[in-house]
Amino acid sequence: MSAPTAISADVRTSAQQVGFVGVENIVKRFVTPEGTVCAVDDVSFDVRHGEFLSIIGPSGCGKSTLFNIIGGLLGDYEGRVTVGGETIRGTHAAIGMVFQEESTFPWRNVLENVAFPLEISGLPKAERHERARHFIGLVGLDGFERRHPAELSGGMRQRVAIARTLAAAPQILLMDEPFAALDEQTRLLLGDKVLQIQQSLKQTTLLITHNITEAVQLSDRILVMTYRPGRVKRIVDIELPRPRTSEIVSSTAFGHHVAEIWNDLREEASRGMRDEEAHARHRGAL
Amino acid sequence: MSVATRMAPATLGLGTLVVVGAALEALIRGGAINRYIVPLPSQVLLAFERIVVEENVVHRFLLTTAETLVAGALITIVGVALGLLLNRVHLLRAACETWVAAFASAPIVLMYPLFLVIFGRSAVTIVMMGFVAALPPVILKTLEGLAATRSVLVNVGRSFNLTPAQMFWKIMLPAALPTMFVGLRLGLIFAMINIVGVEFLINFGGLGQLINELAERYDLPGTYAAIGFVVLVSVLFFYVTERIERWLRPA
Repeated sequence: MSAPTAISADVRTSAQQVGFVGVENIVKRFVTPEGTVCAVDDVSFDVRHGEFLSIIGPSGCGKSTLFNIIGGLLGDYEGRVTVGGETIRGTHAAIGMVFQEESTFPWRNVLENVAFPLEISGLPKAERHERARHFIGLVGLDGFERRHPAELSGGMRQRVAIARTLAAAPQILLMDEPFAALDEQTRLLLGDKVLQIQQSLKQTTLLITHNITEAVQLSDRILVMTYRPGRVKRIVDIELPRPRTSEIVSSTAFGHHVAEIWNDLREEASRGMRDEEAHARHRGAL
Repeated sequence: MSVATRMAPATLGLGTLVVVGAALEALIRGGAINRYIVPLPSQVLLAFERIVVEENVVHRFLLTTAETLVAGALITIVGVALGLLLNRVHLLRAACETWVAAFASAPIVLMYPLFLVIFGRSAVTIVMMGFVAALPPVILKTLEGLAATRSVLVNVGRSFNLTPAQMFWKIMLPAALPTMFVGLRLGLIFAMINIVGVEFLINFGGLGQLINELAERYDLPGTYAAIGFVVLVSVLFFYVTERIERWLRPA
């Protein structure tokens, strides 16, 4: 486990004009019983300071592999990840991660969950609870401080996880399909909440998703990936006005963007489906 | 939750006991069950007072409880430590896990002559028998609990740059506690069964010795009443471990 490294103020300022997070020529291969599989192939992009960038692609395109590489949970890859121009390896204090799976600690109440990173950094109890309460309020969970995750809905638990990550004051918020397990209405409303937070904190955010509506609703730019091996197919600018809410989904421009992304994705998703069918047939024949 | 709802499980449990006792009483009195083999529940109830007054059962109860407590402390310290070791050293786990599981099903109580030779006819033999017999479930459940910690929770810890010690105390241990407590409860039951069994076999110490003596005198109501005290030890430990678990892990 590598220790977090600090990013100098000069670098941070200059990074506001150029890419704040840089992903350069990332290649990741996995060795499987069937042979070596290239999950991500020569992927390069950057995320600007305060920008909301989504990475979208069909299942099996290496989105989660990229999430783990950028977050520092996965090593042994080619290329480099930079934050503020500095190459990082391993987990990094500048990057806060929100996971797809339910990740709150069931033995801690909401307040203790959100205060967790502050407790690790050694902040006194009163101070960390005060800061945790601020982030609990930010995700709209005032009054639930003493509840345990088992007493909350899936959407509320995911908001606790987001608040916990934000409490660590990361410069980059990295989220891997955080709303994947939620129903469509909750997903749209939580999207509103994420937009509000992102806009109020000017938080640089990188979202991994397979949901086109979610990506268009939230993003400044969307990176479309190809099916295996995962490559950058296209980066689409989302020219929708900000501040946004979920009401934007009824606009013509929104529909236009959704159609545009789907046109790019359809071919990749079909390729993925054919590939999976071929694998299933092969397995059946064995 | 209303008082009635809160009391319902205890009421149902006691009610069931009363109904079964009454049914047994009726079957014995009606001649369906031989009263020289199974004593009347009413006689067993009356025998409680007699064994308290005449057989010094409170002292014996405390002795068996103390022996179980010492064995429980030993299995917690040694069993959890060995579980942690097996979780950390994969080669050791691969080499030993099956043996530990096999050891769990071995009739350890039959080894009491060996323990008598080593420790003599004393409380140490009784405690060590309970300790050895109860160790495998604690080791196995500690191992299971740690291995079953959800990887996403570990990844949360990694994303916050936790040190290995923080990862263990803040995430791995609390995540594994419910499974570990299942092992501890099983271990305490194993320990108590073996402690009472060895007390019975070597005619020494607490409730096991009393049961032996009462059985030798063919005092069946007294024997069953003494067994009731053994159950009480078990209930006591179950209650205490449940409280400790709730204190350590509120949800």
